[in-house]
Amino acid sequence: MHVDVNMLEWARAQFAMTALFHFFFVPFTLGMSFIVAFYETIYVKTGKKEWKNITQFWQLLFAINFALGLSTGIIHEFEFGTNWSTYSWVVGDLFGAPLAIEGIVAFFMEATFAAISFFGWKRVSKGVHLASTWLLAIGSNLSALWILIANGFMQHPSNEFGNFNIATSRLEMVNFWKLIMQPVSQVKFLHVVSASYTLASVFVLGISAFYLLRKKHVEFAKKSAAVAAAFGLIASIFVAIIGDDHAYEVTNTQPTKIAAMEGLYIGEKGAPIVAIGIPKDVPALSVNSNDQTWAFKIEIPHMLSILGKHSFNAYVPGLKDLIQGNPKYGIWSLKKLAKIGAEAKADLLAYHAAKEKGDIAAMQKAKNDFYTVVWPANLKGKVLENAANSKELVIRKADLIGYGYFKNVSNPDLIHPPVAPVFYAFHIMVALGFWFIILFIWAWFSIVKGAFANSSLLQKLAVLSVPLPWIATSFGWMSAEIGRQPWTVFGVLPTAESVTPIALANVQATFFLFLVAFVILGIAELKILFTVVKHGPKGAQ
Amino acid sequence: MTWAPNTVDATHFYLQVYFWIIVAVLAGLFLLMTFVQGGQSLFHTAKNEMEERAITNSLGRKWELTFTTLVLFGGALYAAFPLFYSVSFGGAYWVWMLILFGFVLQAVSYEYMNKEGNLIGKGAYKFFLYFNGIVTMLLIGAAIGTFFTGSNFTYDPITRVLHWGTASNGFNLRGLEAAIDFRHGAWFNLSFGVLLFAAARILGGLWLINDIDNNEFPELIARIRSTLKKCFIVLLIALLIVLYGFITMKGYSYDIHTGVVTRVAGKYLHNLLSFGAIPLIVLLIGLVLYVWGVFVSAFGTSTKGIWYSGLGIVLIGIIVVIIAGLFGTPFYPSYADLQSSLTIQNASGSKYTLEVMAWVSVAVPFVLAYIIWVWYQMKKNGPITKEEIADPESHAY
Ligand code: HDD
Ligand code: HEM
Ligand code: HEM
Repeated sequence: MHVDVNMLEWARAQFAMTALFHFFFVPFTLGMSFIVAFYETIYVKTGKKEWKNITQFWQLLFAINFALGLSTGIIHEFEFGTNWSTYSWVVGDLFGAPLAIEGIVAFFMEATFAAISFFGWKRVSKGVHLASTWLLAIGSNLSALWILIANGFMQHPSNEFGNFNIATSRLEMVNFWKLIMQPVSQVKFLHVVSASYTLASVFVLGISAFYLLRKKHVEFAKKSAAVAAAFGLIASIFVAIIGDDHAYEVTNTQPTKIAAMEGLYIGEKGAPIVAIGIPKDVPALSVNSNDQTWAFKIEIPHMLSILGKHSFNAYVPGLKDLIQGNPKYGIWSLKKLAKIGAEAKADLLAYHAAKEKGDIAAMQKAKNDFYTVVWPANLKGKVLENAANSKELVIRKADLIGYGYFKNVSNPDLIHPPVAPVFYAFHIMVALGFWFIILFIWAWFSIVKGAFANSSLLQKLAVLSVPLPWIATSFGWMSAEIGRQPWTVFGVLPTAESVTPIALANVQATFFLFLVAFVILGIAELKILFTVVKHGPKGAQ
Repeated sequence: MTWAPNTVDATHFYLQVYFWIIVAVLAGLFLLMTFVQGGQSLFHTAKNEMEERAITNSLGRKWELTFTTLVLFGGALYAAFPLFYSVSFGGAYWVWMLILFGFVLQAVSYEYMNKEGNLIGKGAYKFFLYFNGIVTMLLIGAAIGTFFTGSNFTYDPITRVLHWGTASNGFNLRGLEAAIDFRHGAWFNLSFGVLLFAAARILGGLWLINDIDNNEFPELIARIRSTLKKCFIVLLIALLIVLYGFITMKGYSYDIHTGVVTRVAGKYLHNLLSFGAIPLIVLLIGLVLYVWGVFVSAFGTSTKGIWYSGLGIVLIGIIVVIIAGLFGTPFYPSYADLQSSLTIQNASGSKYTLEVMAWVSVAVPFVLAYIIWVWYQMKKNGPITKEEIADPESHAY
């Protein structure tokens, strides 16, 4: 398929823009919905009016944010059709299913119980109201689960659940259970939700600290902060622990991504992590030593092997190995992968040409070739139409069809993502993760000792930290998604083959349409939020 | 006896039919829920701040359900008929983008319009609600029209190349041609748009009559009633044109065994009469219910009309979608190349996927049940009153 490269860039930019906008609001929803539920639970248990005020104040901020979360979300769902139509056709079975399930089990729960939680204070009993607030929170978090199963599939489309069908020329679902239970998605889910709880806790802590600094609404702020600090402490530690699991999954499923995240060009045993550094973007094949690629770096030896492979001396491949191949560690070169991919593509065409002619023997031959096992050695040459049935992990020609795209690509560096953006995004996120842990430990001790209301340094730091978790979550997604390039579905479907064939001007026009709309609405949201925060809670001093 | 094609797996075929029926039910429910959009086109009937807030609060508690139904509708089509998702959204690009844009604007409007510091002012948000209530509904209606009149695309399932529109005329409207290309049924698409808009507007009015305290807002209710009467005439005209279209139009048809698409006169009428004319009977019941609702609440003084008309439109929606896709009818036909037309058979997901999704669809009745329960909980204490709107402790707009 011929694609206008310019248009591809615009389509990507549009997706990135709308996704980042969406994820400004999403984590706030995920975390805040629980915090509001905590406050309301305390209110119902104690029956004290002040907790009702606390609940209603944070719920109002939640509702203002929620609206824009929906507004930016609906674009996404349909953007897969409008801008990524080929993608949707090829992987619709595997990707559309979780999306549909998200709609039926999660979004309706959210939307329906939001109605009671927001508008039902006087219309239903206390118990029904509390239950609705909880169901709203659970519904939001369920939606994260399903969308991340969909995204997890794009990161790691194993043939245990997805099979490329030669007859329909599409990737089809073969095992639903394995699709939803795959570790990549599960870890991703836990990481994203705990990151979101962290984000909401930092927000509540920061706004409370702001009131304390101003000596306004002191009781209100102290109570709000206590719950946020406890929640944030647990969540932020969890984010780091799960983040480590996340890195483990990435190392074992997407070697080009982890190499780019860590700026590793030449693979090593006992590979180090560059804690702080300035990477240079250089052609991977020109690199002869890992020192060549940094303007500056501070390393922690062996750390990457420990985190990524859970073993002190494990081998982690670098970008150069992934292009050139490294027989010693069983790593195939890009050339070899591309050759197999191109053969698979040729089989596909041969199959359909034979079908046109009604030549059943030729069809069968093409099909057998398409599903020939190329790895592992003991099964090599065997024909395996449905890999999900085998006991061990196998790779067939069909599984590498996406690499056919790289057969005639002149620049081998196109097979991996750009190093600098992925490296910075990832490292800043991790650094911020550690800062949040410190912040919450500090805040928690100070609250337990009753010193929070008087510690102006801590209060100031808490206020200054409010924007940081948004930076962390956005950068997290950038490392995940830019790091997946040049694939939309890793190893199966190149980004360039996913996009809708459409004239550039259309994509540019919609890019600006949504950019302008979201910028204006985003500013409106912030202004309303600031106004509400400035007025402070109703009925509190 | 079997109705399934003899060339493919019968179970797969029945699943495809099942999912088309699910799509039809969702479409019917969505049409019911467009009372929110319809209501948004009635803001001009409010003559003072309090009346306006009554409308805002009544609709503001329901818009999310409509929105979510649309999202689910998209998701269900994606999972069950991915080729449609890909061809229609990627092809009729501008139609869908503009429809979406209307919902993007709507989603923030209720929450922001009466809040301090909302940047662009209440008027702008009200404009967004009108836009979503009028333009979006016209567009959705016209888009549904193309399920009968056809679109301009070709598709190659092996190399996956989609062509939309004729590149030779220089300017590719990407779906918007459905409103101006009169050789290919633009009059029908446009009338369908007007029909959908008028139907939604009437539902919106009936809902407001039901949900707002009639004793506290007598003038507002009277104005809504008089608007509905006029709107009903528009509805009848559009309906006649659409019915004329259905009867006279050369429809699309395909052979479920071979997949070959042809054009057949009277196809949709034929579909209505299939299955012992059950579709026709249900359609007529739907129409009668709808009109009855209008009759008792717009011409009479009852507040219950929305329940009749609402049920009526669900039935009408289901039947219209069913005759568009079942009985060997390509639901998304192409007039550029008949054989590229999408049918429930060639556009569907794999058998396994549909089986999985069929299990998931067991959740639908539960979801419907809790939605109805919540709806009842919120309504059982009576309609929206001035007191509730003014109460600082209720999350009122
Ligand atoms: C980690 C969580 C997460 C992620 C990665 C995404 N979303 Fe989302 N989305 C949510 C979590 C969420 C949410 C928190 O559940 C929202 C925000 C407000 C709401 O009601 O639900 C939401 C809203 C939301 C809506 C409106 C739902 C409604 O009608 O209630 C849509 C259509 C989408 N999202 C679609 C998407 C798509 C297509 C995504 C893929 C790029 C995506 N979201 C990423
Ligand atoms: C909401 C949080 C998310 C953010 C902030 C985000 C961010 C990004 C970014 C920055 C890109 C551009 C990458 C590039 O072009 O180099 C991208 C691309 C993409 N992402 Fe995401 N993403 C998010 C979630 C998701 C999810 C959940 C999915 C799938 C379910 C997804 C699917 C895609 C697709 C299809 C592309 C376009 C093709 C591409 O350029 O890779 N994204 N995203
Ligand atoms: C503390 C140490 C942390 C580690 C080790 C870590 C690890 C990771 C890794 C490896 C990824 C990439 C996953 C992929 O490419 O698929 C990732 C993504 C992400 N991170 Fe973190 N992270 C940490 C902290 C944080 C913090 C503090 C936040 C936000 C508050 C955060 C939010 C995210 C988000 C939203 C993503 C993108 C979604 C995803 O792919 O899961 N992370 N993280």
